[in-house]
Amino acid sequence: MEWYNLTIDGCEVRVPKGTTVLEACRMNDIQIPTLCQDKELTPSGACRLCVVEIEGMRNLPPSCVTQVAQGMVVQTQNTKVRAARKVILELLVANHPLDCMTCQKMGNCSLAEYAYEYGATGEIYKGEKRDLPIDSGNPFILRDPNKCISCGKCIKACTEIQGRSILDFSFRGFDTQVGPAFNLPYNESDCVFCGSCVSVCPVGALTEKKMVGMGRSWEVSKVQTTCPFCGTGCNFDLNVKDGKVIGVTSNPDSPVNGKALCVKGRFGMDMIYSPTRLTTPLIRKDGVLVPAEWDEAIALVAAKFGQIKKESGPNAIAALSSAHCTNEENYLMQKFMRAVIGTNNVDHCART
Amino acid sequence: MTNSINEIPNSKVMFVIGCNATEAHPIIGTKMMQALANGAKLIVADPRSIELAECSDLWMRLRPGTDIALINGIMNIILANGWEDRAFIEERTEDFEKLRENLQKYTPDVVSKITGVPVEQLEEAARIYATAESAQIFYTLGITEHVYGTDNVMSLANLALLTGNLGKECSGVNPLRGQNNVQGACDMGALPEVYPGYQKVANAEAQAKFEAAWGVPLDPTPGFMIPDMFEAAHSKDLRALYVLGEDPVMTDADANHVRKGLKALDFLVVQDIFLSETAKLADVVFPGASFAEKTGTFSNTERRVQMVNKAIEPIGNAKADWQILCELATAMGYPFEYQSPEEIMQEVAKLTPQYAGITHARLGTQGLQWPVPNAEHPGTKFLHEGNFNRGKGLFVAIDNQIPDELPDEMYPFLLSTGRKLSHYNVFTQHSEALETYAPEELAEVNPLDAKRLGFEEGERIKVTSRRGEVETKIRITPRVPLGLIYMTFHYTETPTNVLTNGAFDKVTKTYEYKVCGVQLSKLS
Ligand code: SF4
Ligand code: SF4
Ligand code: SF4
Ligand code: FES
Repeated sequence: MEWYNLTIDGCEVRVPKGTTVLEACRMNDIQIPTLCQDKELTPSGACRLCVVEIEGMRNLPPSCVTQVAQGMVVQTQNTKVRAARKVILELLVANHPLDCMTCQKMGNCSLAEYAYEYGATGEIYKGEKRDLPIDSGNPFILRDPNKCISCGKCIKACTEIQGRSILDFSFRGFDTQVGPAFNLPYNESDCVFCGSCVSVCPVGALTEKKMVGMGRSWEVSKVQTTCPFCGTGCNFDLNVKDGKVIGVTSNPDSPVNGKALCVKGRFGMDMIYSPTRLTTPLIRKDGVLVPAEWDEAIALVAAKFGQIKKESGPNAIAALSSAHCTNEENYLMQKFMRAVIGTNNVDHCART
Repeated sequence: MTNSINEIPNSKVMFVIGCNATEAHPIIGTKMMQALANGAKLIVADPRSIELAECSDLWMRLRPGTDIALINGIMNIILANGWEDRAFIEERTEDFEKLRENLQKYTPDVVSKITGVPVEQLEEAARIYATAESAQIFYTLGITEHVYGTDNVMSLANLALLTGNLGKECSGVNPLRGQNNVQGACDMGALPEVYPGYQKVANAEAQAKFEAAWGVPLDPTPGFMIPDMFEAAHSKDLRALYVLGEDPVMTDADANHVRKGLKALDFLVVQDIFLSETAKLADVVFPGASFAEKTGTFSNTERRVQMVNKAIEPIGNAKADWQILCELATAMGYPFEYQSPEEIMQEVAKLTPQYAGITHARLGTQGLQWPVPNAEHPGTKFLHEGNFNRGKGLFVAIDNQIPDELPDEMYPFLLSTGRKLSHYNVFTQHSEALETYAPEELAEVNPLDAKRLGFEEGERIKVTSRRGEVETKIRITPRVPLGLIYMTFHYTETPTNVLTNGAFDKVTKTYEYKVCGVQLSKLS
């Protein structure tokens, strides 16, 4: 591999050929603000917030689409660069609803984070604000077009991750909107509600509907886990607040799926709190299942299995193990049947 | 899978047969879409015009259950054109002559008649697959859920061997395993003939190993497979059944037969997170904890063992399934004294060669793909590199067969079953969000059939087979061919498996969910 030496903010760094200036900075813990860039998506250079100064170049190039060159000298934080970024942020904030106190994205919003860092208040370019209807016609995704900053990431996520191309820009200039083609609501499009678009939106324009009002990002702890639905084995973060799962968000480091998930994994976790959940052991008494204590239920099953084993031999007992349960539990189930009951009568629905 | 999911976007050729990935394995489906965007070629063989068929370079709408003829036909064409991989066949395989001889009768014309696929399409499929730099086969239940499912799978193996498309990056035969941990349940020996790691119970050495580990004498005779269990329940040879996290009343074929079997038992214990249809028949029900409430591991379809991390306490009085099993074993006089799932995994690693190097700590956030033979091993991305489990790859001559029950005068429609995107088996129906999105069964019927029978879009109709009847709403769509009705088994209100045939494959005892005869009629 060929390596290049360059100077970023006065520090000598060495990166492989083919790296972008943005990647080179990130590899060396130099922070650059970005709104339209994502490592799972092809770069578009749309938001221009990531601009830097490079010696010998006339304009300020966006670092996410600029490749490193041998001997490059890069400035990421000088006055000129910061001023250019601030103009972009001022323009975005000027056209933004600023109802941050009730916005689901607060605490996790890239625009708010950079506006704070650069002191962009939106006062300078004050003008007309949008007042577009909110798309809430589906059970999964809430789209507030007033908050959209037209970064285009959702469009790319739908095309490049999901392979669908449901989303696109409609109208032009101030009226630009991003959403399903012809600006249809989500539920009238061919969207399959994988939520990949939600997972990349840097602002509160696309949010998980069921998580709205359920918790602030700083109150939530994230637990990486594996999806319980299909054999693909996607990983994601369960978002937990006060001992309760309030939803699912992508974990970009997931080995199989990255940020991508399907509708089941991303939006099906309310099954944890389904009213049909069993919360206590049940024992059939006089023909009906009635609640019982654990001790009683365990003792009853142990006694019954013991009795049947004694009367008819271990092969009169069988078990169906579970393709939903963990490896550890399947191991224990077959050990229980083989070592405790004494039979090989154990199978599972391997075939459904 | 012999290969890995993240090889898919780099595929050159994908041959997808009996596999509706974009709905049943959505993220694998998206990787296939990414491969297409990268210029891969896609061949689909499926009676239904599934989404992948719509994006494919070649879609063969074969008659349900004619997969073996199709594959044999493709192989016949490959040989006729000299597209086989001679070097691979010589070095790595056996019995090529037997295969060749058997293939002679599967001429393109004969195969086209059996399968309904035009000769040109067979030729095109053979050319694309055999002349590719690398080619992967993907299949699921559309291949295995037949009385001759094992033979279907062996046919696909023949095809891969013939062209040397095995044991390399982006080149293999990939069954996509259905449920989240069906791979792991098999690995862990939740099967009547093997201990963990596929060590045979009938093998004296394996028996001695597990007897030493567990400190009790073990039975070398394989036990009942699922269909045997219901038979044995009917005949009273089986008196008690312990069901963990499954709902055979909904998911097994010929549900009425299953229900009767369960009722014939003296004692039924069900351990689940929901009061399933099966749990409603139980004598004792144990409330298990959901995946969010416990720690452990799942093994996905690419053999990647990954952590399940506990996020919340169990709901109500529910307990993790491993804890319930520990209490029960202890109450029966064989103490299971595990303090944590991690400790159980340590025992698994000791006894299971493929998992020998696995600990929860090593799995971390990225998991490991088995085989992981020792604590330093990085895991295995693709299987069969350089050699096969049995040494050389064996060609097996296989003939076309017919499904156990085909449509006839009384039951003129062919019923095929499967899944849809928004649901998984009978589990996701408990999500309010998914339920409001896809609340009920929508059986697919071809427009011409609908017209002939006077059905309207969204009408509720009656579907009857030799075994039972259900009511369902219908969607009229050319996705399904004439004479075929397609249904899922996600909904308790439309328990499709009342209709399906309880006949099964002779080796795996997988039911023939994919083909049976039914009659469609208007509700009077
Ligand atoms: S949810 Fe998925 S399919 Fe729908 S628009 Fe977003 S990315 Fe596209
Ligand atoms: S909806 Fe979000 S991701 Fe899409 S363009 Fe607007 S701000 Fe960007
Ligand atoms: S998120 Fe979807 S594709 Fe991924 S494992 Fe879960 S059900 Fe399967
Ligand atoms: S992040 Fe570089 S242009 Fe948007």
